[in-house]
Amino acid sequence: MKIVALCGVGIGTSAILKVNAERALERLDIEAEVTAADVASVKLAAADAQVILTSSELLPSIGKTNADVIVIDNFFDLDELTAKLETALG
Amino acid sequence: MSLPPLPLDAIDVGLHVPDWRAAIGAAGAALERSGSTSPGYTERMVAVIEEFGAYVVIAPGLALAHARPGPDVLTEGLSVVTLAEAVPFGHPHNDPVSVILGLAVTTGDEHVHFVAELANVFNDSSIIPALAAAPDAVTVRSLLGITAPTGEPASTEDKK
Repeated sequence: MKIVALCGVGIGTSAILKVNAERALERLDIEAEVTAADVASVKLAAADAQVILTSSELLPSIGKTNADVIVIDNFFDLDELTAKLETALG
Repeated sequence: MSLPPLPLDAIDVGLHVPDWRAAIGAAGAALERSGSTSPGYTERMVAVIEEFGAYVVIAPGLALAHARPGPDVLTEGLSVVTLAEAVPFGHPHNDPVSVILGLAVTTGDEHVHFVAELANVFNDSSIIPALAAAPDAVTVRSLLGITAPTGEPASTEDKK
């Protein structure tokens, strides 16, 4: 399974989202590859992804996708990430 | 891997700013003072928010200001700015912002090691209000668990 952590420029925020998504997946005991991507590369990065994690602010930049798009409000809240990933993947 | 040393020059506590642009400007100025970036980087951090919106407000009260690597990044660096009065960035859930981290990296992937450390620090939800309330730069640095560069006091007790 592939999960994309999306931010505007592909550094910093997406890396934090990636690190914390990996921690949440570990809690859920789910194996997945988490990739950090920026808006410019999201089409390519998310082509074979099941889930895109991002901020509500970036939703308009994603465009059409077959992946489930999950909006994360607090990138540091492992409980929020775990609950939303569990809902999407469970 | 641990966070890079954080010079006191890169920390600004209790600033009064009128809006988010000035807040980002302060985080950029702190990166410049510490020798991490030249002024163009500050403008690019503002441009990221103009282009993509307030997604840099990644947790309640916290903005992670950043831009792509570029020639205006002299060395990787972190800055911390806290505000006397929080300002709105336009985020639907996490406004208003009272703590701004400025992040500058020289390549797309070198930052990942210290981003993981940042995540360790900020996964504790009490850290953002604690930083916002910190009285001085030395307290901010010790809350973050970051070491002092050689020659700087490590704690308030050592401060001359």
